Amino acid sequence: MAKTIIPIGPYHPLQEEPEFFILTVEGETVVDIDLRIGYNHRGIEKLCEGQTYDQVTFVVERVCGICSTSHPFAYTQAVEDILSIEAPPRAQYIRTIIAEGERLHSHLLWLGLAGHFLGYNTIFMWAWKLREEILDVMEILSGNRNNYAMFKVGGVLRDIKKEDIPSVLKKIDSIVPTLEKLRSAVMDDPVLHARTKGIGVLSREAAIDYCAVGPTARASGIARDVRKNSPYGAYDQVDWNMIVTENGDVFDKVLVRISEMFESIKILKACLTRLPGGEIDCLVKEIPPGEGIGHIEAPRGECFHYVRSDGTNRPARHKIRAPTFMNLPTFRETVIGGKIPDAAITLAAIDPCYCCTERMAVRNLKGRKLYTGEDLIRLSQEKTDQIKAEMGR
Amino acid sequence: MTRDEILQQLGDRFSRDITSVYEKSAKRVYFEIPAAALVPMAQFIFKDLRARFNIASAVDGREQMEILYHFTAEEADLVLSLRITLPKEKLEVDSLTPVFTAAHWIEREIHELFGIHFKGHPKLERLLLPEDWPEGVHPLRKDYKEWDPGAIRDRGV
Repeated sequence: MAKTIIPIGPYHPLQEEPEFFILTVEGETVVDIDLRIGYNHRGIEKLCEGQTYDQVTFVVERVCGICSTSHPFAYTQAVEDILSIEAPPRAQYIRTIIAEGERLHSHLLWLGLAGHFLGYNTIFMWAWKLREEILDVMEILSGNRNNYAMFKVGGVLRDIKKEDIPSVLKKIDSIVPTLEKLRSAVMDDPVLHARTKGIGVLSREAAIDYCAVGPTARASGIARDVRKNSPYGAYDQVDWNMIVTENGDVFDKVLVRISEMFESIKILKACLTRLPGGEIDCLVKEIPPGEGIGHIEAPRGECFHYVRSDGTNRPARHKIRAPTFMNLPTFRETVIGGKIPDAAITLAAIDPCYCCTERMAVRNLKGRKLYTGEDLIRLSQEKTDQIKAEMGR
Repeated sequence: MTRDEILQQLGDRFSRDITSVYEKSAKRVYFEIPAAALVPMAQFIFKDLRARFNIASAVDGREQMEILYHFTAEEADLVLSLRITLPKEKLEVDSLTPVFTAAHWIEREIHELFGIHFKGHPKLERLLLPEDWPEGVHPLRKDYKEWDPGAIRDRGV
């Protein structure tokens, strides 16, 4: 049978982020997939080399709009590794609270989008409405709905006020019944079962070979979670479970994320009630020459930062590895052999974040490259023709 | 496998290859090795010690180029980093992609951003840089200079 090429992108019609998938299909079956990214590359690693250690915390916060705390968290851990210091206990608890709140709203955002990809917009509305409540909680705690700016090397910037805690706990408790309802609505829906069970399976062996991280790996039966494997923050002081499932299909990835939300609530409540007293930061003077590694569990998986210091006030090298960078290549395992209608949800099941993966700002070329809508359509058609010619069609 | 067992096994097996070991802390160990020992050692760490490949970080050290390959032994709560140095005249090292697929993307990224060639990589093409980016210009090198006269350097106010 003749092969057909289906281009998805560079503006993904559903995921609303710039990426470009090239699906090669035979009839209804996907036989090959190629991916072009880089539309959102901002050169943040290069940018970090020109900023002081304190400024970098805020730069990396802007790597990703959703998991905006993961990057400063990993970065401060890396710099603290160079310094061989640890933040005081109260700061560790506050960091954990912010990180878990973020995981909660990130998973809800993904769940809503997953429902949207499947054409189930009720889930989208529900999940995002619930996410608003979490964002309110984050606003009470940090002053911001996103990009919390709570982190600094050696601690946190702002304290959590004692009088805010009861209202936050009340708000979190009020979320639980709705979340339970949402869970049963998703878990018991026959249509969702039909669309997600056995679809886009990532085998355990493939997950090991691709070094997949986060919920993507845990859905394939690998007990891999930095919070358990290498506890940081306050994760070893509160009681919670790592969620691992066996099948590796889209349904299991949904299951892992939904169950993780309840664990996050558990951690949040425990941390807020047991918040220890004391200082929230420690005095950091000069950063000595050396190198440090920080890795933490972001909502999408392990976020890894490597910082090299040469004794000046700016990092000599700062390597950022976002979780999607490891999870994205698993597309080749999950999409090939599947059907075209399943490709959209399979591609979305790892909860991809292209901004994180690429890290560049669009260079302002003084209007030399301003395109109108018609130009873009023309360019897109030319590109499709070009790809067709290249693939021998 | 515990931390000590892992370090013991690596020390016994690759005693002739390891130039130096630096135990930064209980959770971080750096090995300095010659580039020729990279593939067998990475293979041993990945396949036999069952450690996970985190990522590789290239560092432009002015006189020479460094690449660090980071692995996590999850059971032992240990990050192992293999450090190789390459002379600026010959930026070439064996690819790890045939050993584990996880190295595929990062080697492409280092190839375009630092200009290091990975021998045996199945598809050493651009990953992040746009198509109109000139050949031979590697933005993360320390000697990188703005090549586009039309670009605005926005450093903020």
